[in-house]
Amino acid sequence: MMRFLTSLLLGLTLLTAPVYAQNGPLRLELDQGIIEPLPFAVPSFVPDGPAAAQYAQDITRVVAADLTGTGLFREISSDAFISRVSSFEAPLQFADWKAINAEALVTGAVNVSGNRLTVRFRVWDVFSGQELGNGLQFAGTTDGWRRMAHKVADQVYSRVTGEGGYFDSRVAFVSESGPKDQRLKRLAIMDYDGANVQYLTDSAAIVLAPRFSPTGDRLLYTSYETGQPRIYVLDVDRVRRTELNTPGGTMSFSPRFSPDGRSIVYSLIQGGNTDLWKMDLASGQSVRLTNTPAIETAPSYSPDGSQIVFESDRSGTPQLYIMPANGGEATRISFGQGRYGTPVWSPRGDLVAFTKQNKGRFHIGVMRTDGSEERLLTSSFLDEGPTWSPNGRVIMFTRETQGASGRATLYSVDISGRNLRPVRTPDGGSDPSWGPLQN
Amino acid sequence: MNVLGKVVALGVLGILAACTNNDPSTLGGGLGGGANGGGLAAGSPSDPRSPAYFQQTVGDRVLFSIDQSTLTPQAQTVLQGQADWLLANPDFVATIEGHADEQGTREYNLALGARRANAAREYLISRGVAGNRLTTVSFGKERPIEICSTEDCYSKNRRAVTVLTGSTLG
Repeated sequence: MMRFLTSLLLGLTLLTAPVYAQNGPLRLELDQGIIEPLPFAVPSFVPDGPAAAQYAQDITRVVAADLTGTGLFREISSDAFISRVSSFEAPLQFADWKAINAEALVTGAVNVSGNRLTVRFRVWDVFSGQELGNGLQFAGTTDGWRRMAHKVADQVYSRVTGEGGYFDSRVAFVSESGPKDQRLKRLAIMDYDGANVQYLTDSAAIVLAPRFSPTGDRLLYTSYETGQPRIYVLDVDRVRRTELNTPGGTMSFSPRFSPDGRSIVYSLIQGGNTDLWKMDLASGQSVRLTNTPAIETAPSYSPDGSQIVFESDRSGTPQLYIMPANGGEATRISFGQGRYGTPVWSPRGDLVAFTKQNKGRFHIGVMRTDGSEERLLTSSFLDEGPTWSPNGRVIMFTRETQGASGRATLYSVDISGRNLRPVRTPDGGSDPSWGPLQN
Repeated sequence: MNVLGKVVALGVLGILAACTNNDPSTLGGGLGGGANGGGLAAGSPSDPRSPAYFQQTVGDRVLFSIDQSTLTPQAQTVLQGQADWLLANPDFVATIEGHADEQGTREYNLALGARRANAAREYLISRGVAGNRLTTVSFGKERPIEICSTEDCYSKNRRAVTVLTGSTLG
């Protein structure tokens, strides 16, 4: 694996006289109903030689695409630029950037030496002429240029919004091809923006619902390679899979890691009945968490590992429940009209994302963990299977279109319900699992 | 009365669906939806001891109402025929595949398909078929046989299919 050296560029001084902003430093307050995206400019990063020219251009475009893709930022076209930035060190003409209404300015430089790539960047509050945070550099190999661009964009995002970014992350999903009745499915992994797709299984057996470990090193998934749905754990770097030994039932599915990565919670089918179990990965021992004649599935831990939210039809229709992580009495949290499924606890701990089916439509929604403040973010013929971005700002999910030519596609949506957009994959895509920010 | 009428109609449809497909290449695993192609459909449909007869004349599948895993009277009739055939042909073992339509999440449908397969299995056992001849598997909504997105198709996809997977005599 590529290793990144991250270091503060010490000794950089502000090159312009400080000007105090009337309203304090630039800050995009995300919880106050952003309507207008924040305009920013990112002049092409300055290459230090011909070998760096293409990388500088490509990195700049990825940084811009990351920020624009959030729906929270709007890029000002370089056609409008008055100033050129031809040196990373030269003073900036803030008046020129103010004149085109840029509120944030990102400048950068790219150095290539052999297969080593170094990116330096700064983020500026145009109004005050002040730097937001400190200049920073990322170094790695040239083939990791996209990751370095994502890291720059994550820094810009977090300095302007005050919350963590999510661009230097990966998504595991099921790549789908062929018609609905003969669909071929393969496990795949890619960058969050759809780049660098890598296939982890072939399509000989149906595979379902990969789930990242908390550190992103492993994936749980369900495969029919024995003829029965069974849970496997896959080492992502080595692409080596191991079947997990679940007790006394032939079918197991819907696994998810605990926040410490040491155990999993999953569904086991015995005699046609589906209950929740928990397995300690080191010992391979499983213990039962639920014991009812109802269907209990789609479990997801709270970030602190103390509770599990899951789906059960014990009331007659599928609804969402929360129980202690070791089992015990469950509290129903969904009470709206319709059927609720696939709950996923947000990384911030405050929300549960879910699939809702009501009056022939499917929705992705969020509610607080006590079931209050339910909001539906999407609506279509079939939306399902939400997964959270590492910062809890964005939800990715599966959208399937109807009819004989129906096709599954990954989509993402901001938790405000805005910025619904497809995530490009080579074939169809389903069952996304959004991994953590990479180191 | 209306509800009962509908259920009867669905049951008949199911039998028709099983009877109208005469292409041997699509039988067994293909028609049943088995991902592994392990199904047998050998022999002539006119030979009452053949898997082809079981599939097409006895009827290899039963259908379910939305979200349900209870067996309709029609389903019980088909399963009684399956039990009679399995008792008369003790060399065969079977896998019962449970399926769901696409209205529902992947996870819930997997669990629902397991309920349906198990309901069929329990019925066959209640009619005397040895449990160790009958395994179950759920495909959830992964293997529809009809791919339109209307109740016409959904009703055929909500099924439990008894796939003859081998002979105990090898």
